Amino acid sequence: MGIVTPGFTGRRRSDVNLPPGQYLTEDFPVLSAGPTPRIPLDTWEFVIVTETGEKHTWSWAQLMAMPSEDVTVDIHCVTKWSKLGTRWRGVPVSAFFDEVETAADFAMAVSYGGYTTNVPLDDLLDGQAWVAYKFDDDDLAPEHGGPARLVVPHLYFWKSAKWVRGLRMMLEDEPGFWETAGYHDYGDPWREQRYQGD
Amino acid sequence: MSRLAWRVAYLREVRDETPSARTLVLDVPGWPGHLPGQHVDVRLTAPDGYSAQRSYSIASAADGDAADGEAAGGDTVELTVQRVPDGEVSSYLAGPYAVGDPVELRGPVGGWFVWRPADLAPVLLIAGGSGVVPLMSMIRARAAAGSRMPFRLVYSARTPEDVLYAEELKRRALSDRGLDVSYVYTRRAPDGHGRPAGRLTAVDLAEWGWPPEFEPAVFVCGPTGFVEAAADLLVDAGHDPRRIKTERFGPTGG
Repeated sequence: MGIVTPGFTGRRRSDVNLPPGQYLTEDFPVLSAGPTPRIPLDTWEFVIVTETGEKHTWSWAQLMAMPSEDVTVDIHCVTKWSKLGTRWRGVPVSAFFDEVETAADFAMAVSYGGYTTNVPLDDLLDGQAWVAYKFDDDDLAPEHGGPARLVVPHLYFWKSAKWVRGLRMMLEDEPGFWETAGYHDYGDPWREQRYQGD
Repeated sequence: MSRLAWRVAYLREVRDETPSARTLVLDVPGWPGHLPGQHVDVRLTAPDGYSAQRSYSIASAADGDAADGEAAGGDTVELTVQRVPDGEVSSYLAGPYAVGDPVELRGPVGGWFVWRPADLAPVLLIAGGSGVVPLMSMIRARAAAGSRMPFRLVYSARTPEDVLYAEELKRRALSDRGLDVSYVYTRRAPDGHGRPAGRLTAVDLAEWGWPPEFEPAVFVCGPTGFVEAAADLLVDAGHDPRRIKTERFGPTGG
């Protein structure tokens, strides 16, 4: 434990188990690095580019036709808030890989507006990650990443790329946007991997 | 890369900025320095081991140049804390936390929302409420570096009493050549302000910002609704979204 802060007692001890350094919020704060892009659905696409340059593209209509899942998950933002029991609808990322052949171990999630974040492929498969387009039964709002965002709830929430446009498969890990700006390459909240070196 | 270590900082001085905000002048032995716009994590620990962390933007210039313009040495970090209703950490830091008391701090963090004196673009700073804090760090760093880069600050506050750094901004607007400061009051404007109270508009930005053709570096900081609205106005006015950097203070920044 750290040094005791004189006169500080704290108030919000909760009986839920949160990752270290996190606090509970009921709100859904917005964090992003620039203006919110507005993406028309008729030109929206999700593209997986493999390490050999092969492209696989899904339109919005194709996304809607894929079997979706409703998931309820806890999310943890590196800026310290955690929100429990968030409800999403989306297509599991593994479904896209049914028709993709890749030997890459890493993916760079790429977003409309230029955002990027790196995630190991293993963390995107097996029911761990979704391309989500509904939140609480409503269409996902633009400021929360709509029309569709990645949801990878077991990693800090910056890995859940808003306005996701695709995945670029990589044989070697490379840092994305925040990772280049000093944030951790993997970002496990339970190991408090906030910044490079954590 | 080595881990960012928690450091023990000591409160040297307090400056009241508004009835609900105060600046903490912290001595941080071994502080490595920072870039204007970066933030720190602050950790408070109760006697039973319970701890709470929050992030705060740094208000002081990178070299520790304090608000009064005197070089305060490299081991100084200033944070301005706005008291949030029911805020567990802010109500402590803006309340009982006293001169001489220790607090733990880790940073500096963030390599995106930063201004570097070597950057060659005019700068437009757009602040909503306490979102002015990291932008003030940029204004102070500009002066400390002797930069002549044209800077414009458009500062939206509820009332004149809510303006942080009011005296210093008034002084710098006169003494820091190339710095323009404009105010938007959303609830109540002072007499003779010339602009009725109301939210930031496209007209305000056209009048007090830079035209998009100047390709300014734009920094917007404030609560989410303010940042969303301001960034949309800028994009609609023709600013390249890639030149607009945003930082938000959530309602749970307590």
